Amino acid sequence: MTMDLIASLAGLAADSPLRALLARREDIMDLTEKSRQAVLTPADPGGLSHTVRALIAVRAAERLGDPVLRDHYFDQFSHGEGAYDLADLVDPARRPDDPWLGAVFDHADRLTRQPRTARQSDIETLQRAGVSDADIVRLAELAAFLGYQARLISGLRLMEAAQ
Amino acid sequence: MKPAVHHYTTDVLDWRPFVTPVKLEEATPAQREALKITPANKKISDYVLVLAHDPESLLHRSPLFNAIMYGRDGLDRGGRELGAIGSSIVNRCVYCIAVHARHYNQATKTTAVVEEIFAKELDATLPDREQSIFDFSSKLSAFPPAASADDVARLRDKGLTPLETLDLILSAAIFGWANRLMHTLGEPIPAG
Repeated sequence: MTMDLIASLAGLAADSPLRALLARREDIMDLTEKSRQAVLTPADPGGLSHTVRALIAVRAAERLGDPVLRDHYFDQFSHGEGAYDLADLVDPARRPDDPWLGAVFDHADRLTRQPRTARQSDIETLQRAGVSDADIVRLAELAAFLGYQARLISGLRLMEAAQ
Repeated sequence: MKPAVHHYTTDVLDWRPFVTPVKLEEATPAQREALKITPANKKISDYVLVLAHDPESLLHRSPLFNAIMYGRDGLDRGGRELGAIGSSIVNRCVYCIAVHARHYNQATKTTAVVEEIFAKELDATLPDREQSIFDFSSKLSAFPPAASADDVARLRDKGLTPLETLDLILSAAIFGWANRLMHTLGEPIPAG
């Protein structure tokens, strides 16, 4: 399952030699999958519901210019509880009216696009909007995982094309 | 309060969190379980105690990080550290750079590569093999990822096997993750 998801997102051919390479890194692929579950569908989601997490992933994938990843997360989002009321927000240019969600999405966007500009004031902005310290850490893990996953599959696509 | 460190250094640094770390005596069973698998230090760092706010992620990311950076075969230690440095320069994680520049210098018994990167960042001119690794890592770490087929071909020309290339992708990618935690949830300060 693990390797299937990464291989599928990377578009590896059924007989691609890269599949054997990924098998040699089976422990890493297994932990990648467990990490994916921990940030997208955790047992204790805190203030970030599974649906909101999938929505953040859709927006990040759109920003990253990765339509395959975007479709994967859109499918997950659209099956989520309460997705209907949030559907407009799949466009990352749209900002929610709700101040809490607005602060969360702004920060997710910063983590995706320009983490090097992050400052203590960004965390203070989240805290002023009522985002708990635990949710701030959960959000950072989610956005950071998405960057990891996008770069893993991007690198694999380059290797696949080079064969 | 000590001023934050904003310049590149190989000095040992401390890290000051922007959010309140979990208090060990108040940790939940899930947090205790996640904290156990981090390096067996007597004192658990503020960084790890901050990450304990999300124990499910911490539980899996710590062994993932170790498997990618310290796995036995495949890309050598210096290559993995250089991949980490490439990502950390793009994301300007001064703390990450200090740790992994030190590791790189120890693994390779050199300092010239790190000195050149500190001076010229993404414009650094390095020996061919190191250049191909650093360029691939920093381009993959860009937003959006900008590594190309030519960059992969250059790695192959410099002797990297497909397995070693995969290891480099993983090292750059996991550091994008680490940078987004360490550089955004706190800041480096002088040690002591």
